[in-house]
Parts: sequence; structure tokens; C-alpha cells
Amino acid sequence: MTGVLPWLAGAALVGLPFVYTSPYPLHILVIILIWSFAYTSWSVMGRFGLTSLGHGGFMGVGAYVTALAWNKAGLSPWLGIPLALVAAAVLAAVVAYPCFRFKITGHYFALVTLALSGIVLQVITATRDHTGGSLGYTPERYQGGSSLYALQFTSKTTWYLIALGVWAVGLWIWYRVDRSMLRYALEAIAEDEDAAAATGVHVTAEKLKITVLSAVMTALAGALYCQYQLFISPDTVSGISVSLQMVFAAVVGGIYVAYGPTVGAVITIVLAEVLRISFGTRAVGWDNLVYGILLVIFIVFLPKGILGSLLDLRRPRRPTALPST
Amino acid sequence: MGIFDIYLLEALINGVLLGGVLALLSLGLNLIFGVIDVVWICYAELIMLGMYGMYFLYSVYHLPLVAAGVVCIAGVAVLGVLLHVVVISPLLGAAPINQLLATGGVLFFLQSAATVMFGVEFKNLGMRLPVLKLSGMFISYSRLLAFGFALVGMVLVYLFLTRTYTGTAIRAISQDRQIMVLMGVDSRRIYLITSALGGGLAGLAACLLVLQYDIHPFVGLSFGPITFLICVLGSLGNFAGGFVAAFVFAEIIALGGLYSDLEWGYVLAFAFFIVMMFIRPQGLMARRS
Repeated sequence: MTGVLPWLAGAALVGLPFVYTSPYPLHILVIILIWSFAYTSWSVMGRFGLTSLGHGGFMGVGAYVTALAWNKAGLSPWLGIPLALVAAAVLAAVVAYPCFRFKITGHYFALVTLALSGIVLQVITATRDHTGGSLGYTPERYQGGSSLYALQFTSKTTWYLIALGVWAVGLWIWYRVDRSMLRYALEAIAEDEDAAAATGVHVTAEKLKITVLSAVMTALAGALYCQYQLFISPDTVSGISVSLQMVFAAVVGGIYVAYGPTVGAVITIVLAEVLRISFGTRAVGWDNLVYGILLVIFIVFLPKGILGSLLDLRRPRRPTALPST
Repeated sequence: MGIFDIYLLEALINGVLLGGVLALLSLGLNLIFGVIDVVWICYAELIMLGMYGMYFLYSVYHLPLVAAGVVCIAGVAVLGVLLHVVVISPLLGAAPINQLLATGGVLFFLQSAATVMFGVEFKNLGMRLPVLKLSGMFISYSRLLAFGFALVGMVLVYLFLTRTYTGTAIRAISQDRQIMVLMGVDSRRIYLITSALGGGLAGLAACLLVLQYDIHPFVGLSFGPITFLICVLGSLGNFAGGFVAAFVFAEIIALGGLYSDLEWGYVLAFAFFIVMMFIRPQGLMARRS
């Protein structure tokens, strides 16, 4: 990405809510940005063949720790969110370290992390006296609506700018990882762990770094979602379906390119909204029906995703081999 | 103290009964993994469709229960073959993770197809089997029945795998995929038979679960994850390991549920799983390499 085009696009994105103030499209944009950030967080590690199905768990931790800290301890989200991020990082390290230490890879890694999202979902449901269980949970409204202290804003424009900023940071992290030694180490690991270890790559440490980074980012997405929607339920921020939703959107958009997960989020959310508006309640289920078919078709025919394949068409790039885990 | 012991015994027995069904669930998944080297993430959704099949055949079209069960098993077996032909076989050479994700897509598809076709309302067969009272303990017949049929199903599969030519070929392929093809085994045919068998086991599980649980499009999520964990705990593809792990898990859930809510039983089981992964990363019974 060179030239003035990215700057122009960035300026247009920042300026958009001041020109165009219709609340519903802005709401959709905020949702798209938050989920784009979550999907980007997943693909930060997913692109190296570390297929985690536990990210729903990290997102749930991010959302629930923030909300519980606010409601129970009166802790401002400015402290609650860091707490949630630390909790997600600890959880990620506790589960991932033994996985990497004992070479749990491929299917096994996916299934162990699947257990993690299952645990988070069950714990939220089981502690229903505190978390509201499957009925969901609402952070208490701050008196007077908007407050920087409570990180609650009634203005959609504010939220749009916050989500845009976080999304941009997500992309920046993606690029930083892309340009780092960590990336080469992880690509080597994805090709062949033993060979990578033999050439001096510290396999466990490198994998752990990227996993904790990805988990922390995902938890931030969860906290942001909680603060924006002011309602969270185990089904929307945690559990296996959320994990699969992340994997799916990232794969459809393309996990080997920076904007892939964003494209995935745009496609999936716009599709769901269009179906919902045109068919109303009769559309229940149709969006996932289309997603499911798309996911299968994409994995069979376009494993690099929509954006990845488009970029390949435009100019032949260096081959990005599928990691053979 | 006496009352407490009765409850404990009841929970233990219910755990064993649950274990039988879980063992059946893990057997199908293990069979698919052991032979084709693919994890059907959508396995529980096949069971969900089977349960809907039972509901329509029995409650709407009024087939006798046994006939409905037979049709249901055959139907899900066909679904298993379809899944293999349409989704798995084009991906046989792809990275394992892609196969896993593709079946994840099928999971989304089946869940939402069920939502679109059948709605989100809970359905059940509308029949309540009596409860067996045994010296102060309550054990439901539907669980006993499920346990019994699960055992019979497992014994039949065991006999098929050990006593028939095809079964021997299936076991051979699960031990060495390359050599057996050189020995003249048609791996495509074996894969199709295995998929049908795996689907059939899902169908049988559906017939048994529908006796105890309500049917809704997301019912698969309530026992799908636990099945994967059992298979991993018992080492993916290891039939005996899956069998043992199923009973260990079922007892943890039943006993955990005795002292607290059922969810805590599940939390305990999941936590146990993660701890076991640290201690025995390759599963309870590590597969011969």
C-alpha cells in the first residue's frame, strides 16, 4: 500500500460520521468495525496454521470481566478493560503453553481450544446468579447517559470513531507482525516444527507470543462490544458458535491479507442485515445457511478467501503456501 | 448418611447410563477419524437431523417406533455418505485444518437449514417412558434403553470390524493409509462404507437421544463439544480410549451435577479435560505410532 490513496481513504472514513449522520447505517458500521477487529485478531494467529476455536472464550472473558468489574466493583472500564485483557492473556497462556510445550497441533489444538470456549460458555451459564446466565447481562447505565469515565456514549458518532481507531490499531498490529521476525519464525513452524526448532527457532515461545497477543486483542473486541451494545449474552460473545463465526468470516475474507478479515466482516454482516430487512423474521436462519454453504465452497475452491484471491488475480505475488499442519 | 449414599449411587448409575450413550457418540466420530483422518465437526448436527427425522416419522407420520428408528438410521447413514462425497472427498489432500473448517461450514448449514425448515420451537416425541424405582432410586427407562442399545450397537460394530473382511480392511486402513492401497484395498470404497457406518451410528444415537431430550436446531451444541473432548481425551481414532474416556466424563458430569448444578458438572469435566491434556497430551491411551 503506497501513495496517497490510503490517507485519502482514512480521511474519508474519519470524516464520514460528520457528513452522514443517519443512525442505522452508522450502527451497522460500528458493528462491522468491532467484528472486523475481532476477526483480524483471530487471523493474526490463524494465518500461521494455529486454528484456534477458543477465541469465543477470550471474547467472552473480555466482555464479562469488563461488565462485572463495572457492576460489582464499580470499577471504571478504563481499569476494567485492562483487567479483562490481563485475564484473557492469563487464560490464553495457561491453556496454550502446555499445548505448545507438548506439541498439541492441528486437530488436537483446534479441539483443545474448542474445550476452552465450551468452558467459558458453561461457566457464564453456571454462575447465573452473577452473570445472568443465558438471559444475558447488562452493564449499569451511567447517570446522564454519556460519560468518558464509564466509557458509555449515546452518540453513534463517538462510537464510530472509537471503533475506527481500534480497528486501525488492529490493522497496524497485523502489519507489525507481518514485518517482524516473529512472522518468519511462525511460518517456519507452520511448515515444519522440528525443522524450525533445529534451526534455532524457539517454537513454544514464539507460538505463545502470538497466541497471547491474539487473545488480548480478541478480549478487547469483546469489551468494546459490551460497552457499545450495553448488553451481552453468552451466545453473542462466547462459545463455540462465536469461535466458528470468527474463523468463518476470516477465511471467507482471506486470512493471508491484512484487510481479509475486514472484508469477511463486511460481507457477513451486510448479508445478514440485507436478509433481515428484506425477509424480516422469516429470514431467521437464512444468513447462516448462506454462510455455511459459502464457507464450504470457499475452503474447497478459494482457500485464500475473496480478497486474497482478488489480489492474486491483480498481480502474481510471492507464493503464500498453505501451512501444512 | 443412608439417604446420601442412595443419591450417590443413583448419580453413579446415571453416570454409567450416560456413559454408554457418550461412548456410542464417540465411537462414530473415532471411526471416521481413525479411518479417513478427518474430524466431522458437524457430527452432532447429523444427530440433530436424525432426531428431527424420528420426530416426523413417529409423531407426524405415525410410523411404529422401531420402524422409524430403522428408517432414521438408514437416513443418517445416507447423509454421512453424502457429506463424504460432497465435502470431504474434494478436500482429502488438503490441509487437515481446511477439512475441519469445511465441516464447520456444514455445521452452520445444517443448524440453519433446520431452523429454516423446522423453526426454533422445541419439539419432542410426546411420549414419556416410565421411571424405574429401585430401592429408593429413580432411574428412567429411556436412559436404560439408550444404554442397552448403545452397548448392542457398539458390540455389533466391534464384531463387524473384527469378524468381516470389510471390517478388517477398515482397521488395516486406519493403521496405514498408504500401504493398504498398495495391497489392493480400494480406499474410496472403504471410505464410503466408513462414512455410512459413522452416519448410521449418529442415526442410532439420534434414536436414543430423542427418547430423553427435546429437539431444537441447536441441540447439537449441547452434546457435540463433549463428544469431541471424549475423543481427544481417549486419543483421536482410538476406540478403546474413547470408550473409557466416555465413562470417565459421564461420571464426572453426573457426580458434579449431584453436588451442584448440571453446568458445574460440565465445567468440571471440561477442566478435567484440560488438566489431562497437560498430563497426558496424547490422550489417556496414546496411539501406537
